[in-house]
Amino acid sequence: MNIVNFTPLSALTGGLLIGLSVALFFVLNGRMIGITGIASNLLVSKDNRIDNFLFLAGLILGPLFYNFISGKEINISISNSLILLITAGVMVGFGTKLSSGCTSGHGISGISRFSLRSIIATITFMLVGILTVLVTGIL
Amino acid sequence: MNKIISLLCGIIFGIGLVISEMINPEKVLGFLNIFRDWDPSLAFVMIGALIISTPIFHLFKNKIKPIFSSNFSIPTNKELDKKLIIGSIFFGAGWGLIGLCPGPAITSIALLNMSSAIFVVSMFIGFYIASKFN
Repeated sequence: MNIVNFTPLSALTGGLLIGLSVALFFVLNGRMIGITGIASNLLVSKDNRIDNFLFLAGLILGPLFYNFISGKEINISISNSLILLITAGVMVGFGTKLSSGCTSGHGISGISRFSLRSIIATITFMLVGILTVLVTGIL
Repeated sequence: MNKIISLLCGIIFGIGLVISEMINPEKVLGFLNIFRDWDPSLAFVMIGALIISTPIFHLFKNKIKPIFSSNFSIPTNKELDKKLIIGSIFFGAGWGLIGLCPGPAITSIALLNMSSAIFVVSMFIGFYIASKFN
C-alpha cells in the first residue's frame, strides 16, 4: 500500500462544515440530515416537502457560493461510461433507500447517535466499496 | 424560519463537500483503494463531521423542542434486518463503481457535468424502485 494525494487539512475543514450543517439542522429544525431520506422523500412523500426541496437547492448552491467566494474552479474526474453510470446510479439509489441511509444518514448522523444499525451499515458499505474498487482494479 | 435554515444547512453541507473534495469521484475511489495507492483523506471528512455532530446531538437530544420546529424527529428503527444489509451491499458496490454517493451526486449538478446528471437520474430511479419494497 502507498499513501497518495493525501489532503488531511482540506478534508478535515470540509468535514467540520458538514458536521456544522448536521448539528445546526438538528438543533434548529429538529431533524438529523440524511441525503437519501431528504432526496427520496421529495420523490415519494409529502412530508417536509418544502424543507427537503430547499435543503437540496442549498446543496446545489454550495459549489456556486464556494466558486464565488474563493474564485477557484471546481474540477471533478468522473467515468463517462453510460452503462457504468446507470448501473452504479440505480444501485446507489436502490441500496441507500432500502437500507434507509447513505454516507450522511448512516455514516454521520447515525454514528453521531451511536446507532448500531448505522454502524453496521457504514462498515458494510465501506467494505463492499473497498472490495469493488479492488475487483474493478484487477479486471 | 426553518425554511431559511434548511436552505442554509444545504449550502453549508454543499460547501463542505466541495472543500473536502468528497464531490470528486476520483478522490472517493482513491479513498476506497486501500490495497494499492491509498488516499486516506476522506477519513478526515468523517472525523471532522463527527467531532461536531456527535456532541451537539447528545447535548440537545433531551431538550423539549428544537428552536424553530415543534418537535425533534429522530429515527427509531433499531432492527438489524435484511433490508439494512442488502441495501448497504448494493450501495457499497455502486459507490465503488463510480465514486459518487447521494450527497455529492446531487451537489455536483451545480457543475453541469453530463456524467453526474446521468448518475443522479439513475439514482432517483433506484430510490423509486426501493420505495416499492417498503
